Amino acid sequence: MRVYLDNNATTRVDPLVRDEMMPFLDEEYGNPSSMHSFGAGVSRALDLARSRVAALLGAERESEIIFTSCATESDNTAIWSALQAYPDRHEIITSAVEHPAILQLCSFLEERGYVIHRVPVDSHGRLDLDFYASCLSDRVALASVMWANNETGTVFPVPELARMAHEKGILFHTDAVQGVGKLPICLKDTCIDMLSFSGHKIHAPKGVGALYVRYGVRFRSFMKGGHQERGRRAGTENAASIAALGRACELASQGLNRMDTEIRRLRDRLEQGILSQVPRCFVTGDPENRTPNTSNIAFEFVEGEGILLKLDREGIAASSGSACTSGSLEPSHVMTAMKVPFTAAHGTVRFSLSRFTTQEEVDYVVSKVPGIIADLRSMSPYWKQAEEGAPAFDPEFRGTLGT
Amino acid sequence: MWDYSDKVKDYFFNPRNAKELKDANAVGDVGSITCGDALRLQLKVNPETEVIEDAGFQTFGCGSAIASSSALTEMIIGKTLDEAAKVTNQDIADYLDGLPPEKMHCSVMGREALDAAIANYRGITPEAQHVESPLICKCFGIDEAKIVRAVTENNLSTVQDVINYTKAGGACGSCHEKIERIIEDVKKGAYVGRYVTTDMEAVRRAAQGGSCAQDPLAAPQGAGDAGQIHDHGHDHDHDHDHDHDHDHSQDQTAAVRDPETRPLNMAEHFSGRMQRRQEAAAADTSGPNPDHLLWAPVAALIDEIRPGLQGDGGDIELVHVDFTRIDVRLTGQCEGCMMEDMTLSFIADLIEERLRLKAPVVNVARDFGGSGEVL
Repeated sequence: MRVYLDNNATTRVDPLVRDEMMPFLDEEYGNPSSMHSFGAGVSRALDLARSRVAALLGAERESEIIFTSCATESDNTAIWSALQAYPDRHEIITSAVEHPAILQLCSFLEERGYVIHRVPVDSHGRLDLDFYASCLSDRVALASVMWANNETGTVFPVPELARMAHEKGILFHTDAVQGVGKLPICLKDTCIDMLSFSGHKIHAPKGVGALYVRYGVRFRSFMKGGHQERGRRAGTENAASIAALGRACELASQGLNRMDTEIRRLRDRLEQGILSQVPRCFVTGDPENRTPNTSNIAFEFVEGEGILLKLDREGIAASSGSACTSGSLEPSHVMTAMKVPFTAAHGTVRFSLSRFTTQEEVDYVVSKVPGIIADLRSMSPYWKQAEEGAPAFDPEFRGTLGT
Repeated sequence: MWDYSDKVKDYFFNPRNAKELKDANAVGDVGSITCGDALRLQLKVNPETEVIEDAGFQTFGCGSAIASSSALTEMIIGKTLDEAAKVTNQDIADYLDGLPPEKMHCSVMGREALDAAIANYRGITPEAQHVESPLICKCFGIDEAKIVRAVTENNLSTVQDVINYTKAGGACGSCHEKIERIIEDVKKGAYVGRYVTTDMEAVRRAAQGGSCAQDPLAAPQGAGDAGQIHDHGHDHDHDHDHDHDHDHSQDQTAAVRDPETRPLNMAEHFSGRMQRRQEAAAADTSGPNPDHLLWAPVAALIDEIRPGLQGDGGDIELVHVDFTRIDVRLTGQCEGCMMEDMTLSFIADLIEERLRLKAPVVNVARDFGGSGEVL
C-alpha cells in the first residue's frame, strides 16, 4: 500500500485540474497579449482563473490577483515592494517560524542594514502578541506573518495582526501557503494588504502561484520587463498552469467544508491512534488551533531520518524536522523556536493529509508507526535508560488528545 | 532523499549486532542526543589474545549512522585490538560501498567509538586521553585536533569537506576562516609532531576532544551534552588572529568535560548560538561598509562639511554606517578639539534633517575600550 501523507510539501495534481490545463499545452498556444484570435482564448482563460482565485480568497476585485511562478516569488515581491514603496522605513516585522522564503530574504536585508524584528513563539508555537505590538512603529515598512505554519499547522491570528499593523499605518503581508484551501479566508473582511500562496499545495501543478495586492496599496514590481499583469509582474504568463490554478482554487473552495470535517476527523484518528500506542511522544504546535490536515508528532529518543526511511519502506511518505533529513546539521528552526525538548527535537515527524486521504490509509499508517518507533528505540542507547531511570517524560501540554 | 547505496540500506534495515553485550569488557561512547547522533560500542575482548570475540552497538541517529555502526562491528569481530585500531573512517565508508559526502561524519563517529572502546579496554581514562587543543567549532564542540586528523586522514581540501566529515562549521559558520587556515596549515605540514604523528595512538587520543565525544548516556538525566557552548563563552573569539601560535595554556577544553555545566536542552544550546551570532555581528560593525545603502548618502554629507573642517586644519573620515549608529574618525586639529562634541552633533543633526535618520554619530578616534562618545 502506498500512502502519501506529505501534502504540506506538495500535492498530487487533481485529474480535473489536469484536464483544465491540457488545451493550453495543445491547440491553445497563443500569447494572451497578442491581438489575434490565437491569443484571445488564452486571455479569456486567464480572466476566468483570476476570478476563481479571487473567489477563493474573498477578494473584493479580480484585479487584486497577480499571477507569479510560486509563493517564494510572491513573498519576495511583497517585501521588496514594501521597501521600495516606503524608502524611509527601514524595519520589517516577521515571525521566528516563517518559511525560508521570508526568513532568508530578511537575513539578506539585515546584512544590508535593515532592522528585522522576529516575533518569537511559545512552546506551543503561539505568537508573542505583546512582542509583536511592541515592534509596531512608523519605522516599519512591512509586517509579514504566515497564516499557518508549514511544520506544525499552527494558525496565527492573521486578521488581528493585520488590524494591529493598520492602526499604526503599517502594511501587512501574509504567507498563506498553508492556509489557502485549508481554512476559510475572506480578504475583503480583513485589512490584509498582501497575501502569497502557491498552486502545488492545493492540487495544481508546481511552478505557479499568486500574490494578492489590495486595491490602492502602494506596489512596486519585482520582475521588470513587459506589461503583463497590468505591469505588475513582467514575463509571459504560464497560461496552462494559471488555468490549472484557477480550477484548483474552485475545487478547494468546494472542498473547504470537507477539509474541516472529514479530513480533520481522519487527522485526529491518525494522531490518537499513534499517541495511544506509542509511549513518550507528543504533538507539537498548538493542538487547539491548527490546520485540519496537519499533525506533527515528536518521538523521544529516536531520530527522524530513520523513521522516514522505515516508513518509506512501508510505502508511507511523511517528513521530518530532524537535522539529517534537511541537509543541514541543525534541527528545524521551527522546533528550535518552540523549544521542543532536546530528547525529541531530532525525532519530529509531520503527517499532512489531503482531500484524497482515506480512512483505510490512515489506519494503515497507525498500524505501522508503533512497530517502527519501537524498532528504532530498541537500537537507541538512550531508550533503555529512559525506560528504567528517568520518570516518564510529561510534555507540558497534550491538548485534548492526551492518552 | 539521500542516495544511499544498497549496502547502507541493507545494514540499516537489517542491522547486524544491534545489541547490548552482557559480558562486554570494553565500551566506547561517542556523540550526544543534542548533536543528533550518538553511538555506544561494546566489545568482548579475549584477555589472552586481545581478539575481539564479539561486538555490539546501540545507535541514536540517521540511517547512515546506524549502518556505519553495524558495519563497524562486522569489520572488527575476529580482529585483534591492534588490527582493529587500523580501521579508518574511510574503511567503514568503503565497506558500505560509500556514503553520501554529507554523511561521512557517521563513519567518523564509528571510528571514534572504536578508539574510545580500545582506550577503555586498556584502562586509559578520557582525561588521560585528552590532548589539549583549541576549540574551533563552538556549535558542535569540535576542536582543532579532530579537524586536523580528519583533514590529514581523508585528504580534505574545502570547508564543506570538513563539515561533511566532522560537522565542524556546519551551523553558525563563524569558524569557517579558522577551518580554512587549518586546511592550509595541514597541507604545509604545520601539524606534524603536534597532532599528526607517526604514533597513531597519540593521534587517536587527540581526536577524542569535543562535546560529541561524551558519554551518550549522560544526557537523558537532564544534563545535556555540548556544554562548552556556554562554558567557553567567548574565550576563543579572538584566538583566530594568532596565526596558530597555540598557546595551550589558554585552552579551555578542560571545562568542556564538566557535566554539571552542560545546558539542559536544545533551546539553550541554540539560543547560545544565536547570541554568539549576534555578538559576532556586533563586533563586526566597526569596519567600513561601503555596500550599505546608507553609506553613499552619509558620505556625501560628510564630503559637504569636510572643507569647513579642513579650513581649521582638521579632517573627517567616514568609518561605518548603519541605522543605529554612524562612526567617523576626526583627525588633525579636530583630534581632541574642544569643539568636537559640537561638530559631531552638527553632523547628527544634518543627517537627521537630510536623511530622516536619527542615529548617534561617534568619533571612533576617541572611542577606545568601547565606551564611546555617543551624542
